[in-house]
Amino acid sequence: MSAHVAPGAPAPARHPFPLNAWYAAAWDVEVARTLLPRTICNRPIVLYRTAAGAPTALADACWHRLVPLSMGRLRGDDEIQCGYHGICYDAAGRATYMPAQETINPSATVHAYPVVERHRFVWVWPGDPALADPGLVPDLHWNDDPEWAGDGRTIHARCDYRLIVDNLLDLTHEQFVHGSSIGHDSLSESDFVVTHDDRTVTGTKWMTGIDPPPFWKRNLHDRFPDYDGPIDRWQIIRFEAPCTVAIDVGVAKAGTGAPEGDRGAGVNGFVLNTMTPETDNTCHYFWAFARNWSLRDQSITTRLRDGVSGVFFEDEVMLEAQQRGIEANPGYDFYNLNIDAGGMWARRLIDRMIAAESEGHGAEADDTLGEAAVAAGAAAAAERPRRAEHGDGTDLPSRFDQPATLMQRGL
Amino acid sequence: MGATTHRRWTTATVVDTTPVADGIRRIVLEPASAGPPAPPGSHLDVGVYVNGGADLRSYSVVGMGPYGNTYVLGVQLARQSRGGSAYMHSLRRGAQIPVTQPLQNFPLAYGRPRYLLLAGGIGITALVAMGRDLKDRGADYRFVYGARSRHLMAFVDELATDHGDRLELRIDDEGGRLDVDELIAGLAPDTELYVCGPIPMLDAVRRGWAQAGRPPSSLRFETFGSSGRFAPEPFRVRIPRLGYDVMVPHDVSLLEALENAGADMMFDCRRGECGLCEVRVMDVHGVIDHRDVFFSDAQHQRGDRMCTCVSRVVSARTGGASGADGHDPVLTIDIP
Repeated sequence: MSAHVAPGAPAPARHPFPLNAWYAAAWDVEVARTLLPRTICNRPIVLYRTAAGAPTALADACWHRLVPLSMGRLRGDDEIQCGYHGICYDAAGRATYMPAQETINPSATVHAYPVVERHRFVWVWPGDPALADPGLVPDLHWNDDPEWAGDGRTIHARCDYRLIVDNLLDLTHEQFVHGSSIGHDSLSESDFVVTHDDRTVTGTKWMTGIDPPPFWKRNLHDRFPDYDGPIDRWQIIRFEAPCTVAIDVGVAKAGTGAPEGDRGAGVNGFVLNTMTPETDNTCHYFWAFARNWSLRDQSITTRLRDGVSGVFFEDEVMLEAQQRGIEANPGYDFYNLNIDAGGMWARRLIDRMIAAESEGHGAEADDTLGEAAVAAGAAAAAERPRRAEHGDGTDLPSRFDQPATLMQRGL
Repeated sequence: MGATTHRRWTTATVVDTTPVADGIRRIVLEPASAGPPAPPGSHLDVGVYVNGGADLRSYSVVGMGPYGNTYVLGVQLARQSRGGSAYMHSLRRGAQIPVTQPLQNFPLAYGRPRYLLLAGGIGITALVAMGRDLKDRGADYRFVYGARSRHLMAFVDELATDHGDRLELRIDDEGGRLDVDELIAGLAPDTELYVCGPIPMLDAVRRGWAQAGRPPSSLRFETFGSSGRFAPEPFRVRIPRLGYDVMVPHDVSLLEALENAGADMMFDCRRGECGLCEVRVMDVHGVIDHRDVFFSDAQHQRGDRMCTCVSRVVSARTGGASGADGHDPVLTIDIP
């Protein structure tokens, strides 16, 4: 934010993520009758469920001494108790018990983050609660749709979440990073069509009449054990700002009409990804693979999850190295190629969300600013009020005019 | 955040100051660079000049100007008070004063089934923005605004336009005196009450809320410790152990008077919330006007401790105590 910076002061560091967005904080099963600490967008948050099952996300810092509440304990049906001095808060973050006094201090609250449970994830909204519309939760419905089956994992990635957005919107790298599983020479050769609106970017790639890569050959065999011919393959990537990517992937027997919309002779999966910023350069990467074939075969769920896990490990190695490369080369920007169009559009949508917040519409104040505030002298004076007897006002800024008429009236 | 955040100071220019009711001015401040938005319930701390020294006052943000670049305050001139409001009223267009970013100790929770906003007098300033927000969100709310007399009520026209039938005015001298217990009794059980007003009203609400067996966390309130049951009077304070015998003028707090006399006082919030400034009362000639929300009713009645930042003593006659003898009020305490 541009507020409260003295002229000539260095511009405050901008964070690479908007705050007014839903972010997956955890898998639904991770949030239970225990205290789960997790940092989201540089904000320490503690997650738990009330006895009635409602997911709850509170600031993980006691109002009193800023000790992590996650070091405390659950109390009663919906309360959390600080482990240091025993102050209790309800699920709305309001103090219900304070030690050694008969009243509750009216200021005693910790921030309760808006929470929604959807698509097997618990989502939190780090920004202005007034704007937290549950209708804005990214669409990952394949993760709990009965027409689909699958599972996923979490990667704690030591990189800016945008590097993963770039990665998922760029298929060229598959040939080089994932050559042994899903890569194919055709990936870097065929056309990748990118479209966008104000919230989403879609990249579409069709490869027709090709030999199937090992991963897809195996999947197609689940449904069509006897088919060994060429395939038509699709990858339709949908990015939803700021950090969710659902990829419609699959193959069908070549020439059976898949590009025209008939996928009946194929197998279809969705790679579901949402990368929640932890800090400016680390993130919680939640992913899952959902399929529309052999829904009741758990061994396929496991095979696919482990297979994708192996593919993503190859990405993780590359992206963490990229993050180190960025930090080792300060002052250098990326060079953007035609193949980066998807990621470029995604970053533009993210940047617009961030810019909208820093114009002062609904953004939370940036905690890092202002210690070098314009009126630092006044701050010092006001924090330790001068008294009539010894205060002569000399520590006031000169523009802080003394109201003569008031002084004459003795007020 | 619920927790108090660091104050960040900037300079703001007074771009408008207009009387909006008897003794109340709307003061519009424009910070030197565009400030962060003020959420409903937030306040600014303002550097004021009182008794020859710099001091700090807190004023609720009534709203932001049409372009979102100004903070609108409503400031009541409290003639018997400590001088901060007189300073604010003395400001003219173009004056520059130090202000903080909006600070939040009174957040509005979203998504509750029902709300009641209850304002007494100048306490309306803490609730105007909340009302606007609840309306914008289509919430189920009522807005009750009470005062002694209509000419003392700021923002009535705007509120009537904004809230129509949801707004109820309770005006003492028009026969509409607010009955707090009746009001609470008429609320649906899942109502959340946000209240800001003078300490006697706040006390009545807190007592009525507790007696009705309602959940304490559904009663949200804020106090700047600026008013009590009685108008401030000068009184004498003695600390026998340390040999102090000090006059506390009507416009100086007990805490400040003791500090001025050289006592090493501990305090923090300075609005009667935190309890750090408590002292032990050994004797009182007169009546203690408790203005804090730290002690419970029972503790106030016991009267063996008090918060020096806001609470005062008045004469037995003023306080209506039996056996009032007209002597000047005297407080004897010991300090930690």
